[in-house]
Amino acid sequence: MLILKNVEVYYGKIHAVKHVSLHVRKGEIVALIGANGAGKTTLLSTISGLIRSSSGNILYEGSEISGRNPDAIVKLGISHVPEGRHIFKTLSVEDNLLLGSYHRYSFRKSGPVKKDMEKMYAMFPILAKRKKQLAGTLSGGEQQMLAIGRALMAEPRLLILDEPGTGLAPTIAKEIFSHIVRLRDDHGLTVLLVEQNARSALKIADSGYVIETGRIILQGSAEELLLNRDVQRAYLGRDLDTESPL
Amino acid sequence: MFTVFLQFLFSGLTVGAVYALVGMGFNIIYNSTSIINMAQGEFVVIGGLFMWFFSETVKLPFFLSAILTVLAAGFVGLLMERFTIKPLKSNDLLLMIMVTIAVSILMRGLLMFKFGKDPYSYAPFTEGEPLNIAGAVIQQQTLWVIGITACCIVLLFLFFNRTMMGKAMRACAVDTTAAKLVGINVSRVVMISFILSAMVGAIGGIAITPISLMEYDKGPMLAVKGFCAAIMGGLGRGRGAVIGGFAIGILESMTAGYIHSGMKDAVALVIMLAILFFRPAGLFGSVAMSKLRKF
Repeated sequence: MLILKNVEVYYGKIHAVKHVSLHVRKGEIVALIGANGAGKTTLLSTISGLIRSSSGNILYEGSEISGRNPDAIVKLGISHVPEGRHIFKTLSVEDNLLLGSYHRYSFRKSGPVKKDMEKMYAMFPILAKRKKQLAGTLSGGEQQMLAIGRALMAEPRLLILDEPGTGLAPTIAKEIFSHIVRLRDDHGLTVLLVEQNARSALKIADSGYVIETGRIILQGSAEELLLNRDVQRAYLGRDLDTESPL
Repeated sequence: MFTVFLQFLFSGLTVGAVYALVGMGFNIIYNSTSIINMAQGEFVVIGGLFMWFFSETVKLPFFLSAILTVLAAGFVGLLMERFTIKPLKSNDLLLMIMVTIAVSILMRGLLMFKFGKDPYSYAPFTEGEPLNIAGAVIQQQTLWVIGITACCIVLLFLFFNRTMMGKAMRACAVDTTAAKLVGINVSRVVMISFILSAMVGAIGGIAITPISLMEYDKGPMLAVKGFCAAIMGGLGRGRGAVIGGFAIGILESMTAGYIHSGMKDAVALVIMLAILFFRPAGLFGSVAMSKLRKF
């Protein structure tokens, strides 16, 4: 569904993404894991058009999308939930969701959009309760749900999630992750997920990539990566050298 | 005694209406870009002077002149955004605000070049006897000014709160990145906000010129007063700018009438300082809201 070939991105003078190739198959959750500053967010922003790549190809459903503007990319069916959520804080929860449907909204045919809003409220009942509240007054978990809800309002086929669990209480993060699984299983959504908490990301993912200082250094199915010694040492917090063998 | 008071009140309402419109103009651009457009006053001047040009020099009928003036002002707003704001790749708001100051100086120069330094005026919208209320005299044009302001306010309120485009404009101000990600063409929204705010300013200029005359350098003072109105009501709050505008207008005319006309311009500035010292969120802006803002 999404194929990256030899993508290079410069962020100012920093060579943030080096020669990255990856493949996201339809209906999969693909996890991209790596340390802070490894280039994960830059890579996602490049896919959604916020940042331009300097070379390489980004193919979405067979057509080249690198160099297009974000609004054109949303129309093609890629929704990006950015790191830090970026909800419209001074607008109401309702307006936030409504703006998610911006690219397909028309005043005369607002029926489908309203129906989708109801779906979002059904998926995240807490948002229905907070409908009229300013989005900035929501708790972190609620804001994350709103950000995901807003992205879904664009009717994406590929959802890009940047650090959906960061800064949330573990139980709330768990809830968010279960929503992501449900989006894949029940709605057939394809998900590209970036997460610092590698364990919870790989647990729900089908396949994964490990990125380090702008390079993909490992790739494989999620199970393989979870069992990989290097991954365990670097990202899952296990020190295999000092652990006594059973 | 009461008659005099009433007279001052009406003249205050008239200038207040224009301050309110200028304040709304500030809010339109602030609400979609977080920029304070210091050339806002020049749009009012353009309204008055272009209207004079179309109706007195070209001798076009009233309605056509008014429409042409508003469109021309919108075009000036468009040019301003495309040639000064858009090419700036920087996100530094302070820099953009300084650019708007430069544009206002440039516009004033061009207006002086074309119209000279004389004040201009044209006939009021409707001829007829002034109204007499409890001994105080109200010109018919005063009612026009207040009525037109009220219409603009209602339309803008509906636009920003009920239409998708209006909401998208507000979204851009809050978070440009997120606005891009939901598919809003941010550059176009910024352009539209400049056009809209230029048009609102021009409408104010068209309405007020028969009463208070218009000359090329009226802009900065109008901008200061309109900015005070916007600040007083809480920057970005439509209703706030309206109430602020009328309040400043009335206080100004009372000061001019009862104390000294030389003190008139100080009123707005004193109010602005007081607001900034004691209640920076404005009288009607919520503190919670202002904390969620960039500045």
